Amino acid sequence: MNNKPVILAIDDEIQIRRLLEMTLDAAGYTLRFATTGNDGIRMAASERPDLIVLDLGLPDIDGMDVLKKIREWATIPILVLSVRSSEADIVGCLDAGADDYLVKPFRTNELLARVRAALRHRSVLPEKELFTISNLTVDLSARLVKKKHEQIKLTATEYALLALFVKNAGRVLTHRFILEQVWGPTHTEEAEYTRIYVAQLRKKIEDNPSNPKIIITESGIGYRMVGEE
Amino acid sequence: MSPTENTRPDPDILLHALKKEEERAAKAKLKIFFGMCAGVGKTYDMLSAAHDARTKGIDVVIGIVETHKRPETEALLAGLEVVPRKKIDYRGTAIEEMDLDAIIARKPKLVLVDELAHSNAPGSRHTKRYQDVEELLDNGIDVYSTLNVQHLESRADAVAQITGSVIRETVPDSVFERADDIEVIDIPPDELLKRLAEGKVYAPERSQQAIQNFFRKGNLTALREMSLRLTAERVDHQLRDYMRTEQIVGPWKSGQRIIVGISASPHSISVIRWARRLSYTMNATWVVVCVETSNPIHEEDKEQLSKNIQLARELGAEVVTTADEDVANALIRVAREQNATQILVGKSRPTFFSGSQRLIEDLIQKSKNVDIYVVGQETEAGPEKGRSRIPGTQSSLMQYALAPAIVVLIALSCFPFAHLIGYETVSLIILLTVSLLPLRMGPGPVLVAAAAGAVTWDFFFIPPLFTFSIGHPEDILMLGVYFIVALVTGVLSARVRAREKAVRHREERTAALFALTKDLSSAHSQEEVIKAAVSNIKKYFDADVAMILGEADGEIAPAPHPASSMTLDAKEYGVASWSYWNEKKAGKYTDTLPSAEATYFPISGPRYPLGVIGVRLLREEKLTVDEETSLDNFIAQIASAMERELLNDVNKKSIVVAESERLYKILFNSISHELRTPIAAIMGASENLSKAFEKSGTEPAQAYTKEIHTATERLNRLVANLLDMSRLESGMIQPKMDWCDVHDLINVSLRGLEGELAGRKVTVTVQPEMPLVKLDFGLIEQALTNLIHNAVVHTQEGSPIEVNAGVEGKECFIVVADNGAGLSKNDVNRVFEKFYRAEGLKGGGAGLGLPIAKGFVEAHKGTISAKNRTSGGAEFMLRIPVTEATPAERALP
Repeated sequence: MNNKPVILAIDDEIQIRRLLEMTLDAAGYTLRFATTGNDGIRMAASERPDLIVLDLGLPDIDGMDVLKKIREWATIPILVLSVRSSEADIVGCLDAGADDYLVKPFRTNELLARVRAALRHRSVLPEKELFTISNLTVDLSARLVKKKHEQIKLTATEYALLALFVKNAGRVLTHRFILEQVWGPTHTEEAEYTRIYVAQLRKKIEDNPSNPKIIITESGIGYRMVGEE
Repeated sequence: MSPTENTRPDPDILLHALKKEEERAAKAKLKIFFGMCAGVGKTYDMLSAAHDARTKGIDVVIGIVETHKRPETEALLAGLEVVPRKKIDYRGTAIEEMDLDAIIARKPKLVLVDELAHSNAPGSRHTKRYQDVEELLDNGIDVYSTLNVQHLESRADAVAQITGSVIRETVPDSVFERADDIEVIDIPPDELLKRLAEGKVYAPERSQQAIQNFFRKGNLTALREMSLRLTAERVDHQLRDYMRTEQIVGPWKSGQRIIVGISASPHSISVIRWARRLSYTMNATWVVVCVETSNPIHEEDKEQLSKNIQLARELGAEVVTTADEDVANALIRVAREQNATQILVGKSRPTFFSGSQRLIEDLIQKSKNVDIYVVGQETEAGPEKGRSRIPGTQSSLMQYALAPAIVVLIALSCFPFAHLIGYETVSLIILLTVSLLPLRMGPGPVLVAAAAGAVTWDFFFIPPLFTFSIGHPEDILMLGVYFIVALVTGVLSARVRAREKAVRHREERTAALFALTKDLSSAHSQEEVIKAAVSNIKKYFDADVAMILGEADGEIAPAPHPASSMTLDAKEYGVASWSYWNEKKAGKYTDTLPSAEATYFPISGPRYPLGVIGVRLLREEKLTVDEETSLDNFIAQIASAMERELLNDVNKKSIVVAESERLYKILFNSISHELRTPIAAIMGASENLSKAFEKSGTEPAQAYTKEIHTATERLNRLVANLLDMSRLESGMIQPKMDWCDVHDLINVSLRGLEGELAGRKVTVTVQPEMPLVKLDFGLIEQALTNLIHNAVVHTQEGSPIEVNAGVEGKECFIVVADNGAGLSKNDVNRVFEKFYRAEGLKGGGAGLGLPIAKGFVEAHKGTISAKNRTSGGAEFMLRIPVTEATPAERALP
């Protein structure tokens, strides 16, 4: 049996499909293609791919609807492709269950990183307890955070926030999702919390809080912690 | 529902309490200094309270205060601002009244208005001072006022009975209940009498007279008890309200309803007042029912009835008019419909037809589980002395002459044939004539005609002829029978006719309302609705009609709608505007500005009034109660039709806007998609190519792919700018405001330009303790990126760039400064113009970056500016208004 991960790309543009094939095939993935939204939904059911790359501008139905239909029955990771200046659409997709997004035109390295992060997050492997990025170590079982081998003190909320980022390393998290996970579903409108706590957290974990390298701001969408390399 | 059965507070009750609370919070506060009678020191206490308020820094003025020349009270006037009174000329004498407009224009926080029950001089805006006070409160001005217990509407009767003096100036209980605070000024009667004797209340000569009449000790004690009890009741109510909201299970009953039967009798007034007291103590709602029977009502009675209804409304009753021949049935039916447990009626006088207490007996028999209260009659019988209740007694003299004449004429014309047909037959012919008469005439003339017929028959036909004596005893019998039959037929047919008339009248009303509804529902625009409204009111009420509409900004239109059938002069327009702004009836036949020629009815809308309808009757008399109800129905229908059209218009507009937005979005997205797909392909392919060459190490090929890549990036930026510009110009940009960390925003912009900024020193300075700011992160990031990119393009490679940010006053600013050649004079003026390119620009650029930055900032209602720095180089600054308190100042969990 072929154990290369299967990726289903739903896009009507032949050039983008070829580009995806070139890039992803070389990186060791098996590619399947659908050119319309309805085909995409059918193939998502029949091919059982490990990941779906979904373009939002499809000829038959809206990409958002494709996403919602698939999410009704499957938890397959979905990576959304979109053009720039539609932050609202992207946030909508992420809140509706998409795992990540990529703005066209995209860099191929970026594409590969997102695909890896999405696949890793959905893997059935037992959750990792120890996480390291540059000089930061987070031990989820011991609730220990170390920077340059020195323990740093975090408040309960700061730790909860950091743990959430660590568990979703490499993936974009919307403000809404963070609020819901850390502060609870009744606080999803208090957008200012994330801004203030992320700024505080950066002061403690980043080498240079003015030029963050661990928690990156995704303009108008949310934050992303860079993945382990 | 039993009172203790359910401990969960009824949502209606909560809503009620909430509403009351809200109304109270929103509206200005009314405080009443309440006493048993004059001389207890209400005005004195009110003035003292005003001084207290003033020392607390509250802006107090005196609207009107009567000191009655009492020296202690007059001393208290010192130091308080008095709004000068207005002089009203009434039949040659100048009367001074409170200047309502001057107070509203002065707009103090608190105004003192003495003697709430005062009646204003004719020609004032309102007939009563409490209406002035209501208007002051509506204008957000707190009011202190004074009131004696005898002036309270529901107590006026009782006081009149105790003291023997009739009270004319009364205040509706609703005003008393609406008061936020009641302060009882209580002194023992003995002390009051002492003060009176010392001449502290009235001048000595008047004092003596007063002590003998009104101020008897017995009177005072009774009045004192009444005022204290009233206040106690009020406290009880407040406690109940409190218990309701706090959900304390208590012994109150709720949801009780009392049905009150009233008629056109002056006695109904005391029934209504009694009912109001009962409902207040029982905490029940009360419904006043007026039953229309086919019995026609006299003009005077009609007036009395409308007075009764008016009083009931003033005292807070719901008024229901229903048609039924049987009053008892009607009351019980309404009681069932309203789910009421009590019926309250007055003791009625014995009448000719109904026997003494038919109604009460009927009620008791038919009422089953409903309790019946019967209120006794007070001594004053009023003007209603033994008026005959035989229906339709208002026939003209003409009819009284004509009816017997017809009968006699027909009888006499039978005379030549009497010997042929027999005199008995003649009586039948006369009877036929008499029984036909009610078709055209009232019962009075019919009775007279019957008598005339009998006499004629006796005189001319019954032997012996030409005498009134009657020979045969059977003829006496026949005459008797004839007379009774004629009488009964006459009265019965008169009744039938009256009933028919009543039914026809009701039908007319229904038909008129139906016609209006039909016209309104077939109207397809505001114009048509107005035309239908004007023409229907005009036709049915025989009146001139003017319609003045509210405009989109909530102002009243400067002139009546062209469909109106009358024009308004400045004075009438003033009355109409008052009605519009206060959403109350005004003008002729109302208590507000009654000197106007027409009556003005506001048309209430969802947010502000939709307009005013002015109705000027062509006849002299005012509308009857029926007609008034019909007119109210008319206006309610018109209001809902107008509202419907208004919503329709709004709906249509929003559909058009939504549709054009949708089309634009589709177009924009597809162009975006078309332009970017090939760029994505080129970029991706060149990147992969470059990687491949890197491995194989083919130098020139690697350089070429790098060129392709750089060119594509530039193309991509251009496309992005063009699309942004198009978004801006279509007006489709609506910033999605959210809290942002400005420092983070600057970092994101700089990271996006990492390639371009390579080799430069970028200094970022952000104010310490910089609060979060509400803005659209994406748009401002783009604006800032464009500013920084502009600095990069216009300066030497390696030249440093500074970015500063902070909050100044109510604005957040971000400055991008460079050390380049700076801006020429021409540049400073034109740099934000579309496609403008600075002279001597080294690279390309379409001249879109800065105009886009400007557009995005302006979408935030902010400003952007450019200038030269004194130390050389250019400086671009964007400023965004900070409207909300920054959450950094709030506590965080």
